[in-house]
Amino acid sequence: MNFNRLAAVARKEIIQILRDSRSLAIVVLMPVTLMLLFGYGVNLDLKGLPVYVLDRDGSQQSQDLLKHFQASSYFHIARVVNDYPTIARALDDGSAKMAIVIPWNFSQRLSEGGPVEVQALVDATDDNTANVLIGYTQAVVQGYSSEVQTTWLNQRGQQIQPAPVGVQTRTWYNEDLESSAFIIPGVLALVMSVIGAFLTSLTIAREWERGTMEQLISTPVSAMEIMLGKLAPYFVLGMFDVVLCAVIAIYWFHVPFRGSFVTLLISSAMFLVVVLSLGFFISVLAKNQFAASQIALLITFLPAFLLSGFLFAIEQMPIVLQWITRILPARYYVSVLKKIFLKGTATAMLSADLIPLAVFAFVLTLLATRAFHKRLT
Amino acid sequence: MPEANYSVVVENLGKRFGGFVAVDGLNLKIPKGEVFGFLGPNGAGKSTTIRMLCGLLKPSTGRASVAGFDVGREPEAVRQNIGYMSQKFSLYNDLKVIENLRLFAGLYSVPSQLLRQRIDWALEMSNLRGQENLITGTLPGGWKQRLALGCAVLHKPPILFLDEPTSGVDPISRRQFWDLIHHMAEAGVTVFVTTHYMEEAEYCNRLALIFRGTMVALGTPSELKRDSMKGELLLVECDPLGPAVEMLQSAPGVLDAAVFGNALHLVVQDSAAAAPQIHAYLSERKVSLRKIERIRPTLEDVFVSVTTVRGGAAEVNS
Repeated sequence: MNFNRLAAVARKEIIQILRDSRSLAIVVLMPVTLMLLFGYGVNLDLKGLPVYVLDRDGSQQSQDLLKHFQASSYFHIARVVNDYPTIARALDDGSAKMAIVIPWNFSQRLSEGGPVEVQALVDATDDNTANVLIGYTQAVVQGYSSEVQTTWLNQRGQQIQPAPVGVQTRTWYNEDLESSAFIIPGVLALVMSVIGAFLTSLTIAREWERGTMEQLISTPVSAMEIMLGKLAPYFVLGMFDVVLCAVIAIYWFHVPFRGSFVTLLISSAMFLVVVLSLGFFISVLAKNQFAASQIALLITFLPAFLLSGFLFAIEQMPIVLQWITRILPARYYVSVLKKIFLKGTATAMLSADLIPLAVFAFVLTLLATRAFHKRLT
Repeated sequence: MPEANYSVVVENLGKRFGGFVAVDGLNLKIPKGEVFGFLGPNGAGKSTTIRMLCGLLKPSTGRASVAGFDVGREPEAVRQNIGYMSQKFSLYNDLKVIENLRLFAGLYSVPSQLLRQRIDWALEMSNLRGQENLITGTLPGGWKQRLALGCAVLHKPPILFLDEPTSGVDPISRRQFWDLIHHMAEAGVTVFVTTHYMEEAEYCNRLALIFRGTMVALGTPSELKRDSMKGELLLVECDPLGPAVEMLQSAPGVLDAAVFGNALHLVVQDSAAAAPQIHAYLSERKVSLRKIERIRPTLEDVFVSVTTVRGGAAEVNS
């Protein structure tokens, strides 16, 4: 290994990156864009869902019940209508996610001591949202129901008996139940995949495509020097993006950061080595920018997005998919990220994730160096 | 001569790609300081040979040594001793002239105390002084080729491999480039250069004609013109030219007939005997003959001659 030759390759690569506005844009704008996109755009919290109301009773009691709905931040009473067809249309075109129909005898049945039923029509296209809506609706109606009961008992001079069993919940790690806190740390894995695999797969394939690789390998520079010289600048850019993303996450989105910053840097460095080696390996085999970039996105970005636990919990995946996630480096990195950010897990307790990451980094580096020969074919 | 006096020694060198034999049983010895030309049409195996000699392709058969190192077993030692210019321009177009020079100086481990001097020398030689800060991609073709040569010689290699260095370059730049090559050779550098330009071949000390992967002739340009023709050459000026060439191709005693400018070149066994026969043959067919004389063959005639004998005409650019 000759440091001067390695430095010559690295210097050349840096000049090329600085001169190519597109790769610079990817390095700076892509992390910011992804952060904002996932921070604001992907919101798994359900708030202010539009609800239509058909109040056939129009009594004081029915208004009371609707006030309970209005008071909940999950619902937003978009319109009060007078007939069923309007409701059906609203559910059809999506302007309402749910409609509440209060029967004409609502107040009458209540005054008789019940029971009376309120109808909720739910758009269940998205089953998850529908389930949550049903749960919230039941909670609101139950709340109203017990209020009515209390009033009755008070009128008869009886005391309400407290329920024999209650639940006291304490939410840990993500106390405010913000989905952004769950999502944002994982965005780092996406950013690293793009910087690491996508950009590097382009840079080496480009050399084959333009014929510059032939000139490069005709010199005494070794395969290892080419690889390290070309990857080193991207490693630095990747680490820059780690810090950039962490700063955005912590100071803009107020995602809690409870773990060690050093561990964040070390695990990010390991994951970067993994994706850089993968990108290098792919471009050695593909030797064509288009194919290399497509393959790089397919085998790094997509799994990081879908199978890493970034958005969708691995424990809820079919068992076969769960096995597959075990061979995805992104899975371990996302797991480390969530633990460092939200839980503040001690570094020693992260070994279940860090050891596989280290193994991947080692094996892929080896694979990349083995695959790259200073020969034309 | 002992082997140490040769820059390049090639023994039975061959390369096949799947079922296609690109280079077949090549034997060569190139002494130090020679400008050796490798002449042949596109696809003849020139680039494949040069790539094997630079250690970029592994030979399928035979062996070759460059600067005393085996190209198959010691490619790194070979690379330290050669400068290589690939057929396609392959410096970095998005780097400045000076940045390309610095890169290759770094890759060739030019010592830092010599760096400035070598880069100055390369700029001087390639006549690019004052253009250091131009982006390489914006340079005209001839300048690019000179820069590529400059980058290939920063480490003062004893052997230079130039693969069609002047293709796509205007004639004046081509001429300048060859002046550069001769300066190198005068300084003792061995130059192995491929070309498909016949007139460039004349600038070489020695030439190998290569056709379909095999060497069909080897010698100095004048030796080739003297010895390699199968027969003698007649220049025929006649009218009309087009029909005449077709008639003569099947005329008795004519080995080959081809149009050269506004005249015909005929290859015959014995020019003294053939001239009157051709005169009669043409006048029978109402072709008016203005002139018929024996001429010295050009390299192009030699090339056409040696490749036609092997069957199938070669496409030759002049």
